Amino acid sequence: MNLNIYLGMLHQAEKTLAESFRQVAAGHGDEPDVHFLCHTLAQQCEEHSRLLHPIVERYGEDPSDAEPERLHAEGLSSTRQGPVGLLRDLQDLYLLASLVDVTWTMVKQAGSALRDRELLEVVERCDGETSVQLRWLQTRMKQAAPQALIAAR
Amino acid sequence: MVDRIAQIWGTRTPYPRDGLWPVRVDQALGEGVSADDVDRWVQSACVLCSNGCACDIAVKDGAMVGIRGRAGDLVNHGRLGPKGLFASWQGVSHKDRLQRPMIRENGRLVECDWDTAMNRITERSRQLLRDRGPLSHGFYTSGQLFLEEYYALAVIGKAGIGTPHMDGNTRLCTATAAAALKETFGADGQPGSYTDIDSCDAIFLYGHNMAETQTVLWSRVLDRIAGPDRPKVVCIDPRDTEVARHADVHLAVRPGTNLALMNALVHEILAHGWVDEAYIQAHTVGFEQLKATVEPWNAEAAAAICDVPAADIRKAARIFGTSGRVLSTVLQGFYQSAQATASSCQVNNLHLLRGLLGRPGCGILQMNGQPTAQNNRECGADGDLPGFRNWENPGHVQELADLWDIDPLTIPHWAPPTHAMQIFRYAEQGSIEFLWISATNPAVSMPQLPRIREILAKPELFVVVQDLYLTETAQAADVVLPAAGWGEKTGTFTNVNRTVHLSDKAVEPPGEARSDLDIFLDYSRRMGFTTRQGEPLLAWEGPEDAFNAWRECTRGRPCDYTGISYERLRGGSGIPWPCNEENPDGRDRLYTDGIFPTDPDYCESYGHDLLTGATVGPEAFRATVPAGRAVLKTADYHPPHEEPDGEYPLRYTTGRTAYHFHTRTKTGRSRQLTQAAPRAWVELGADDAGRLGIGEGDLVRVESRRGRIEVPARISDIRAGTVFAPFHYGYWDSDGTPGEHPTAANELTLTEWDPVSKQPVFKNAAVRVEKIGDAEGPAPAPTTTASRPSAAAENQGTRRPRPTTGGGEADATEDVAATPPPRFPDAVRPGPGSDRPGGVSAGSNSAGSDQEARP
Ligand code: SF4
Repeated sequence: MNLNIYLGMLHQAEKTLAESFRQVAAGHGDEPDVHFLCHTLAQQCEEHSRLLHPIVERYGEDPSDAEPERLHAEGLSSTRQGPVGLLRDLQDLYLLASLVDVTWTMVKQAGSALRDRELLEVVERCDGETSVQLRWLQTRMKQAAPQALIAAR
Repeated sequence: MVDRIAQIWGTRTPYPRDGLWPVRVDQALGEGVSADDVDRWVQSACVLCSNGCACDIAVKDGAMVGIRGRAGDLVNHGRLGPKGLFASWQGVSHKDRLQRPMIRENGRLVECDWDTAMNRITERSRQLLRDRGPLSHGFYTSGQLFLEEYYALAVIGKAGIGTPHMDGNTRLCTATAAAALKETFGADGQPGSYTDIDSCDAIFLYGHNMAETQTVLWSRVLDRIAGPDRPKVVCIDPRDTEVARHADVHLAVRPGTNLALMNALVHEILAHGWVDEAYIQAHTVGFEQLKATVEPWNAEAAAAICDVPAADIRKAARIFGTSGRVLSTVLQGFYQSAQATASSCQVNNLHLLRGLLGRPGCGILQMNGQPTAQNNRECGADGDLPGFRNWENPGHVQELADLWDIDPLTIPHWAPPTHAMQIFRYAEQGSIEFLWISATNPAVSMPQLPRIREILAKPELFVVVQDLYLTETAQAADVVLPAAGWGEKTGTFTNVNRTVHLSDKAVEPPGEARSDLDIFLDYSRRMGFTTRQGEPLLAWEGPEDAFNAWRECTRGRPCDYTGISYERLRGGSGIPWPCNEENPDGRDRLYTDGIFPTDPDYCESYGHDLLTGATVGPEAFRATVPAGRAVLKTADYHPPHEEPDGEYPLRYTTGRTAYHFHTRTKTGRSRQLTQAAPRAWVELGADDAGRLGIGEGDLVRVESRRGRIEVPARISDIRAGTVFAPFHYGYWDSDGTPGEHPTAANELTLTEWDPVSKQPVFKNAAVRVEKIGDAEGPAPAPTTTASRPSAAAENQGTRRPRPTTGGGEADATEDVAATPPPRFPDAVRPGPGSDRPGGVSAGSNSAGSDQEARP
């Protein structure tokens, strides 16, 4: 059984995503919508981690540390400046949130095959929010891109 | 004669449920003018709030000298409020009016001729378009121009320049009304009608101080209240407004917590089964999700968040759930607060759950603030596509490209339109370098004024301001254009309940002032904007050409104007759209059949996630919303982002008084209104004032993280822990700058907006208050409105303000029951081909008589 590897990874990725949302919130205080929403979405990710916790416990932490290295999500270590910087930071968040999203999908597949109702309920609740996070990031980037890429000084 | 400063709502004319609201013709003439002196009366409607009261302007010797309400109009049945009576013509007929264009030379504004001013604009415009492209241009307009002017501006922006950076100050006043209607019903368009007041059993006012913002509409409610079978009234407002005083239930919620309350009201409705299951089944989608979202929100949970008694929440829910016919009205208390769109959508949801729509007395009025805000939204001067078209629908973009004969790629539709706050952000960052501001005053009306002033003062930003007066904003401009005002130009506009009125030119504008339409057309001509065929993009000669072009643009859309003409609007009542072959006399209320404009090929918007503002997109919308169903949209409650703390322990909210409109550019020129509310003040509850050692009239400093104001304190009956300041008081009548004691409420507000409607949050911030000087008398706040002094404070022996009156200068006549009340559709002039008498003959030229003879 390798599900525990994926659960551990998801648990970690949600934490990383939460930290990255906070990082972007702190770095882009002059964009109030980004600032406030990133805080709200960070809370959402933390809640996802919290909801996952009992399931991770149940399947057990991965003792072998066999998690494939390249699936490990790197968080944002710093934020960039200016309109293009904002766009790139949002894009980094997008990549991270995509990883979380697709991992939820994999975990859901396994949960269905295992008929693990508790797990499926958590997936149901969290994965929907993750896809809204992705849609928001896309909406905001689409708004910012023309100005940042064409007109910004 | 009635003193209409002391008696804001005038004499009562009670009427019963399902009765017709009696006529009362209000009239005020200038000093020394009698009715016999008047040369002619010119038809118009008032532009000092969104109510749209029809009126006639009295003209004598080429000047406006008085006003009276139009008895036969469906909106006001002859009435006018204090602003209409005392600031309509008085607000524009003032010696301070701008008479010539001005340009900035060596840091100073100097007068010049039109050619010089327009050349300066077009030179800069051309250079920027060449060097940096259309995204360097931003337009910030108003809620106070005419339809024809917005449409011209929208065509210039979308088809001439091709910039998405266009918005109006309607973003600050009415964006959430539009957003909530689009989210729930698929398109903008007011479901209800003012006639719902005549027929309702209960009226809910959500953050809507109707008594002060639309005084004539409130008169209608008062007349029902004074009648034999009064409707129950529920008021949601942190202040003890006149509405609250007449309410059966007053929920004085903590600012910023509306959604918690709304979730609880829906929760209660569901818990008691006060729902129309067949209606929900047949006409809505999203019920299960709505149910899940409100599930935790019982009355106790909301009571703890909102700080109101749970029993009152239950009582309000019971009134909503058990009254036969309910009317809901929503305004700034919801629109300018946290989670604005989600809270306003819950109002729509309540009506859908009970199937209370499309029948007399069962209406929703998502109100507008400004008189012509509706047209700004229809025409797309707020960035949307004209005619409630959907920017995510390539078919709609193509329709416009065909109509205008331009390349569809010119029309900015690749992303949502840029909202006002973002336009200013781009200007701050230097990527918008050309900002054209028309008929609005952001230097006083936008949040966080110290920042706005800095942006407007940036030397790299080229600012054009087009206005009646040298406003605070105009003082920062590079070019100032003198505009013609109300009564000095012809055009149409549309009020809250879709009623279109014509406002005819009564007199010549002062000096060289020109109508906003002429200015926009001139810019377009000078810039050489053309169609694909090489024809001028805007070949209109005047307003009627613009109106006729607009009619074509609306054909087949929800706001269909094709059955309306200038000629039909003259003489009769205003006409509520849609007016077309199917609805030849217009339409009193929408959605009588429960079919909503959510067809994906027809709708104005595919909607958003209400928490984040993420777009739903065409695929997901098609997959989840069956055409014709309304969407029960919802979001969970989140606390406001700035909450009181140790440093800033009080909640701050801003708003209006009955005697002023916006930044007082017009009402501040009226002697009667200025005497009634001469200077700024701040309201504090008696307990808070006592604790802080503040007495009536003491000078206090109110400070937030962003700025401060220093104004006298009024001890009022506002809820504890909350401080209120009216937002009208800028600096044009002092020396143009904040000076030693700043007074503009927006010095303190924060830069934040609703994720869906992008309407700024003016009604929640954290502040601290301290006394900085002894009173020199009572605070200059009216005693006739929500700012009236608290009875509790009076007992403490504080200074008693003099009652607010007109002092003999504010007398108006009120002719009660002068004529039988107008009714829909009889009051509307029949169109060509109608067999009703008094119709407009087909093919007659609509120049018609533009003035009515003296009666
Ligand atoms: S209610 Fe509004 S439209 Fe009517 S007179 Fe007063 S300000 Fe004008």
